[in-house]
Amino acid sequence: MASTSDNGFRTRLGRVRGLGSAKSGGAHWLAYRMVAALLIPLTVWFLISIVRLAKAEHADAIAWLHQPVNAVLLLITLIATFHHAAFGMREVYEDYIHGKLARLAAIALTNGAAILLAAASVFAVLKIAFGA
Amino acid sequence: MSETSVAKKARPLSPHLQVYRLPLPAVSSITHRITGIALTVGTLVLTWWLVAAASGPDDFDTAQRVLGSPIGLLALLGWTWAFGYHLLKGIQHLIWDAGVGVNTASAQRNSALVFGASFVLTAIVWIAAFAL
Repeated sequence: MASTSDNGFRTRLGRVRGLGSAKSGGAHWLAYRMVAALLIPLTVWFLISIVRLAKAEHADAIAWLHQPVNAVLLLITLIATFHHAAFGMREVYEDYIHGKLARLAAIALTNGAAILLAAASVFAVLKIAFGA
Repeated sequence: MSETSVAKKARPLSPHLQVYRLPLPAVSSITHRITGIALTVGTLVLTWWLVAAASGPDDFDTAQRVLGSPIGLLALLGWTWAFGYHLLKGIQHLIWDAGVGVNTASAQRNSALVFGASFVLTAIVWIAAFAL
């Protein structure tokens, strides 16, 4: 039997019984970290890109997004960013808002806003990328 | 079983900001959250900038002019620092989540490191943005 040694003779299952179900908590925790790790290279790329576009005219920005590599990387960056922002804000609400209804409302409103902004920004990128 | 009585007992809830004094790692931790919230709000500006780029040269020029105004530049400077700090502290959190360096000395040292590096990163980005 695997690793009972560090905590007497109790099995792993025995130790967590009665502590309440984690439900989808484990998957949620891992997904949050995976997206966070993904955002490290993506946001560094994004930062370098916007520094180079700092004084851009409209035509420069359009030309930049016409390149498939830039459009695809920006789309992934945007989706990952809004996912990470919504998850992060949820953690803040769960820690600081103690009323159940208020907490649910804050989480739902933030998720709704994140979906709206993600859709708008993704649409903008696609419009430019596919535009003439 | 004592499950229900455990669940019903009034447990202390975060935040404990009024209870404890704030050593450097605590300041560093709450700064991570504050920068995360600020960056979430900043996604509004990012979406606006992309939508402006997609809707044409006039709207894009307006967006560039607002972002290039003194207040716009100040907001972008704050955004750059918040981004750099959240990125660096986020990397530290991922290292902690992997179970590496979870001790007081490491927290003390890394908090100072993250603060220092975030200012250096901000300076590099802005020097690059104006030099290029």
